Amino acid sequence: MVFLSNSQARPSTLAALARDRLLPNIYDLVAFALLAALAVVTLHAAAAMHAPLSGLTTAPVTLDPALLPEYALRTTMRMFAAIIASLIFTFVVATLAAKSRRAELVIIPALDILQSVPVLGFLTFTVTFFMGLFPGSQLGAECASIFAIFTSQAWNMAFSFYQSLRTVPRDLDEVSRSFGLSSWQRFWRLEAPFAMPGLVWNTMMSMSGGWFFVVASEAITVGDTTVQLPGLGSWLALAIQNQDFAAVAWAVLAMAVVIALYDQLLFRPIVAWADKFRFEQTAGQQRPRSWVYALARRTRLFKRLMTPFAWLGSRVLLMRLRRPASMAAKAAPEASKLLDYAWLGLIMALGAWAAWTAVAYVGQSLSWSDAWDPLARGVVTLLRVIVLIALASIIWVPLGVWIGLRPAVAERVQPVAQFLAAFPANVLFPFAVVAIVSTGASPNIWLSPLMVLGTQWYILFNVIAGASAFPTDLREAAAVYQLRSWSWWRRVMLPGIFPYYVTGALTASGGSWNASIVAEIASWGDTKLEAYGLGSYIAKATEAGDFPRVVLGIAVMSLFVTLFNRTLWRPLYVLAERRMRLD
Amino acid sequence: MDASIATSSPGAGSATPLVSARQICQSYDKGAAGSLVVLDKADVELRPAEIVGLLGRSGSGKSTLLRAIAGLIQPSSGTVAFQGRPVTGPTSGIAVVFQSFALFPWLTVLENVELGLEAQGVAPAERRKRALAAIDLIGLDGFESAYPKELSGGMRQRVGLARALVVHPKVLLMDEPFSALDVLTAETLRTDLLDLWCEGRMPIEAILMVTHNIEEAVLMCDRILIFGSNPGRVIAELRVDLPQPRNRLDPAFRTLVEDIYARMTARAGAPARDGLFPGTGIAMSLPRVSTNLMAGLIEAIAAEPYKGAADLPPLAAQLHHEIDDLFPVAETLQLLRFADLEGGDIRLTAPGLRFADGNVDERKRLFAQQLSTYVPLAAHIRRVLDERSSHKAPAGRFRDELEDHMSEDYAATTLKAVTNWARYAEYFAYDESADLFTLENPS
Repeated sequence: MVFLSNSQARPSTLAALARDRLLPNIYDLVAFALLAALAVVTLHAAAAMHAPLSGLTTAPVTLDPALLPEYALRTTMRMFAAIIASLIFTFVVATLAAKSRRAELVIIPALDILQSVPVLGFLTFTVTFFMGLFPGSQLGAECASIFAIFTSQAWNMAFSFYQSLRTVPRDLDEVSRSFGLSSWQRFWRLEAPFAMPGLVWNTMMSMSGGWFFVVASEAITVGDTTVQLPGLGSWLALAIQNQDFAAVAWAVLAMAVVIALYDQLLFRPIVAWADKFRFEQTAGQQRPRSWVYALARRTRLFKRLMTPFAWLGSRVLLMRLRRPASMAAKAAPEASKLLDYAWLGLIMALGAWAAWTAVAYVGQSLSWSDAWDPLARGVVTLLRVIVLIALASIIWVPLGVWIGLRPAVAERVQPVAQFLAAFPANVLFPFAVVAIVSTGASPNIWLSPLMVLGTQWYILFNVIAGASAFPTDLREAAAVYQLRSWSWWRRVMLPGIFPYYVTGALTASGGSWNASIVAEIASWGDTKLEAYGLGSYIAKATEAGDFPRVVLGIAVMSLFVTLFNRTLWRPLYVLAERRMRLD
Repeated sequence: MDASIATSSPGAGSATPLVSARQICQSYDKGAAGSLVVLDKADVELRPAEIVGLLGRSGSGKSTLLRAIAGLIQPSSGTVAFQGRPVTGPTSGIAVVFQSFALFPWLTVLENVELGLEAQGVAPAERRKRALAAIDLIGLDGFESAYPKELSGGMRQRVGLARALVVHPKVLLMDEPFSALDVLTAETLRTDLLDLWCEGRMPIEAILMVTHNIEEAVLMCDRILIFGSNPGRVIAELRVDLPQPRNRLDPAFRTLVEDIYARMTARAGAPARDGLFPGTGIAMSLPRVSTNLMAGLIEAIAAEPYKGAADLPPLAAQLHHEIDDLFPVAETLQLLRFADLEGGDIRLTAPGLRFADGNVDERKRLFAQQLSTYVPLAAHIRRVLDERSSHKAPAGRFRDELEDHMSEDYAATTLKAVTNWARYAEYFAYDESADLFTLENPS
């Protein structure tokens, strides 16, 4: 991507090398080295996860740069564990929602709400839960951290997959049925491939968000329990505690390297590979490229290594788990309706019970008047989000358009913007805190920009994508009729990029709410800065182990996010879909 | 008899039918308002060694019948039997070729062709062998590792054919297989398919194809079932005894084509304008036909050499329209009393002739007049708008009214059609963002 993308070697020499059939070619060697390294590293990190909890106290996280690669590896492994969990969750839950109407009734609204729940708020409960599940082992804390990342990733992936499953093209569905593909074959031959481009894109977005949470969830204090899992997040927490500026810089560097490597070695290849699943019958003009993918495709060794897997895959696909449903089963409509009502009643009863339990729990120690504080703080945080998104839009929309209309520039800037979006902004917080402390600026104002530090890039790269995709004929028409300055923006460009902008701004605003939990309260050594807001409310309650207040804070934030999405973003989204799609 | 068809099977008629579909009805339940019948008591029999064509317009239920035979849908009533056994779901002896090709874009040509065998659990080596044989037969050698998006339309449909043939079906069902292709490509594919069929090189015993192209049906089929609309049903059955290969310019061929045109425009019994479109009164389901097309057709008929009355086949040929494109336009003209359609001819009425001569404003006035008189839904909307002091009415209200009588899709199409006609005639206006009908046109 950023650093290595254009290493497209001279094809003539490559072809010559490939013709030599006996000796492994140079790509084989490189590919083999990469694979071997990957295996070693995975085994090592997996073994470390099982270490007893006492290991954390006997060998605490230290700020030794030599240990940094190890920490980076551990952090990356957590990311992988979470993404695998998210994928499994996606395949199971989204498929269930798409196939069963009754499951759909529950799953889809639940996913919708879960998307808006501040993930970091969960930590309080999950740490306690998982530590209890695996007493005396680091695995508990690991699971809590992984679960935190998982909760930041899974929902939008599941949503994307569900939507793909619901929109499988009718003719392909008919082919699959007329050939009698089993459900298992149908899933792997039709549904999963069809959903792949959307899923890959959402997974990438999720991963980008995930780095933020892995950093935030490695070093956690819940009441009296403090856990510092070996990883970049703990390193950073320690560096902040010790006011070690160099260590923070190391962390930034390590993070940058990890994300760059991860992007190059994993995601570029996957995106390049997933391109073939795009459901278009015409060849696209610009296909995503990846040197790793190209490498893998050129190597003979790699192919040979994959042969057993390919064989296994084709055997597995021959399995017939279940006879295909011959035709849509026609249940008696009355009975089915009655069941629907019963099901709905059950769900509502469960929901009511859960709500009552939560209220009762919170009510034990809090009274109704305690609800005003988080509500007022919520309004302040809402104001921050609105102002910051507006500011970020004012800055990045014109810049993004300028870049997007210049393909040469866009090609270079776009990967950087995506990289910045993936970069966990909380790694950069210490710099801001030091600046605020030394200048004596008001934390209420100056801590706020940290909320959009990591999320503003979503606006930028979506706008760039929109401007790049803007049809040339429309631009030419605008030029012919001499539309200039404001009317050009208002009539031509802003409507043209609007759908992209809404997507970017929606993501950015969702991320900002989450970030507020980390951004509204920041420390540097013993100096603590706090901004008045809902994020700091939740953060403080978590630190104090005040569960009722955490529940209250999360509930209020979920309410704000949901309402904000419903009243602002969703209508804008609908408008964009209806009016401003350019295809 | 089909002397030209040289296959191993005994002559048609003597053998038991491969496929027999009896009294197939398909209707969509519309609750209290009854049901929308798309296919009414259709009978089809497919015997060995014959190609049968289902010919009709869109909405005549011919694709529904094909899907019922393929086991893709369960008809509301009636039975389908394949080799004497009832069809309750997709059957291995029946393969389908789709109009849209329906290729999996993420699978190569070879993988696409292997798909059906994979579903049957055939081992990979055997699968490959058979797939390559089918690819070879259908003329796709060299394209095995290509992805569908790299292929032209004709090549894609060849993949669709190979994929259907590789499972060795007894019956091949084709749903408008050539209608998504350009004229030349379609002709090549037809010829290739007919050659394979006549030489007996395909493992299939009979072909059932859906088409809306009259010439294609006469060119390929041994028997043609002509479908009428509203509700969809078989209105005639024709045998085509011309020897293969057939010549489009052969007078016998032309006579047959003319005959089919006449049959498709004639309506049995019933007064000419009822049953033109499904439903009656405001619940009439209308096609989306642009006013430009209507004006264009009126002008074409009014001009030389037709001077107000035209024979449909040459008109269709001149306008490069297939019947599926031409008929809805012609019928809408008939609905609006701009033209009369009878026995394969179309004749402009007095308003139609005036329309042809009129300028923009006169045309609009004329159109509004015909619209208010002959399209009950348009008149109904206008009446509601006139009655209200605000002269505004939500479109959703009319959509709901329509949905009492027809499916959601049809209701949406019908309302869009009326909206467009009314907009052209300045009969009433529509505000899309508010989903509101109004009487105000922006001035």
